[in-house]
Amino acid sequence: MMQKSALNVSKIREDFPILRRKINGNKALIYLDNAATTQKPHSVINAISDYYMNYNSNIHRAVHQLAEEATVAYEMTREKIAKFINARSPNEIIFTRNATEAINLVSYSWARRNIGKGDVIVITEIEHHSNIVPWQILGDEKAAKLEYLRVDDRGYLSFQDYERYLQSNKVKLVSVSQMSNVLGTIIPIEQMIKMAHDKGIQVLIDGAQSVPHMPVNVQKMDCDFMAFSAHKMLGPTGVGVLYVKEEILEKMSPFIGGGDMIKEVHKDRTVYNDLPYKFEAGTPNIADVIGFGAAIDYLQAIGMNAVREHEIEMTKYAIKSLERVKGVTIYGPSNENHRGAVISFNIGDIHPHDLATLMNDQGIAIRSGHHCAQVLMDRLDLSATSRASFYIYNTKQEIDMFIDALERARKVFRI
Amino acid sequence: MSDDIYREIILDHYRNPRNKGKLTDADVTIHDSNPLCGDEIDIHLKVEEDKIKDIKFEGRGCAISQASASMLTEMILNKPLSSVKNITKDDILENIGLMNLGPARIKCALLSLKVLKLGMVKYYSDRDPVAAKQVRDDSKLY
Repeated sequence: MMQKSALNVSKIREDFPILRRKINGNKALIYLDNAATTQKPHSVINAISDYYMNYNSNIHRAVHQLAEEATVAYEMTREKIAKFINARSPNEIIFTRNATEAINLVSYSWARRNIGKGDVIVITEIEHHSNIVPWQILGDEKAAKLEYLRVDDRGYLSFQDYERYLQSNKVKLVSVSQMSNVLGTIIPIEQMIKMAHDKGIQVLIDGAQSVPHMPVNVQKMDCDFMAFSAHKMLGPTGVGVLYVKEEILEKMSPFIGGGDMIKEVHKDRTVYNDLPYKFEAGTPNIADVIGFGAAIDYLQAIGMNAVREHEIEMTKYAIKSLERVKGVTIYGPSNENHRGAVISFNIGDIHPHDLATLMNDQGIAIRSGHHCAQVLMDRLDLSATSRASFYIYNTKQEIDMFIDALERARKVFRI
Repeated sequence: MSDDIYREIILDHYRNPRNKGKLTDADVTIHDSNPLCGDEIDIHLKVEEDKIKDIKFEGRGCAISQASASMLTEMILNKPLSSVKNITKDDILENIGLMNLGPARIKCALLSLKVLKLGMVKYYSDRDPVAAKQVRDDSKLY
């Protein structure tokens, strides 16, 4: 089917071997669980196997040729990421296992030194558990307080709350997701960061949902920390990124101690390595970092503006189609410009897990449950939602088939 | 295909659950949830001379978990509490008529049995720790 699109989707689809997979015998896979993880193009898969087949070696230390090649490839990814998010320097890019570990790194290496008794950490009701639990742990340890900015039913934040907390002069850190993984709501973080900085407060942005789907410029938004994951943007699992402004990073204590993060180790003292290596102890996930480099190349080649444009188009079409299905409730902003391509919904009294089972019969992969955002689910008074989320390889034709499958499920449940 | 999972009887128990609610004078109340999908079940038991005199459940979740809980309460009302330990996974699947659930959805079907067994163990441990240990050992969960 031809479609007007910001992207050449049929050409893109050829790059993803998994999209040829059949489910339940003969159903073409329709993968709509991209907010959980995305599929991988050939170039990423090949980059990983190329490393193992041709230059597998440990990095940074040995002088033989394999080690040199591996080090160059690994560090090249760091440079690509720095360019991708417009960091000032590759030294501001730290590799972690995932966005969760990146947030925990900030909690251990920065917040433990800078947050104390009676201080306040501000987050929001839309946060993923990964941006709640580390702060609860820290709060318990330091007797610091965790405050949640309230959101309305569509995920728009209360700036009144925010002003009030900032005025209290107790806030030491603001940590917010740029895009809700449930409602898709895009948070006006530039404004939030500016307001926090006016008070000298640092801001961490959870970019796990935003960085894969829209142009993100850390210098322009001026965040102090940003966390995101490779696997949600065509890259492999097991690689996350923490961006930290260099002047902050210089004052942070190490996270995990061990090899590679040191310059000298003596019986009674250790001299830590330069940035960013001070924060990367032990042999890292070399192959997957290199694979992530190929994913960044892929996204750069099609352009993040085009990615965003395609997703706005898909979201608009999906919301319009969903609204025509009897019994459907759609959560999150109705204006596609205020949201990413992640749509949570419910249909009649069909529980999301039952719906996901029925959709799977048709080869359609959607997510169901609380999406690791139980605070938000409680706020919305929901136990679960179904969630369809799109990426660069999804088509309007797939949305049509998704809607057909919904109608089918409606019949099974006699709604 | 899963259409046959959602037969009339499952939808009936899902939409009109039996023994749903609270027991204010329960001898034991136990709660558990399935972190995978967030299904939740609370079971309240009234026990007299080792007989389940009354049972109520509260819960929210998918049709399979809620229908399974509803059918389980019907199955064990007025039965000896100690007989709970002998209920197997297959008993439950047979009871709800779904022998072919996949590994993810089978947890939904078995959540209420898990809660009931936890409740049984709790009931005994509040009264007789030695007997509690015995039922716990005998009580193969799945």
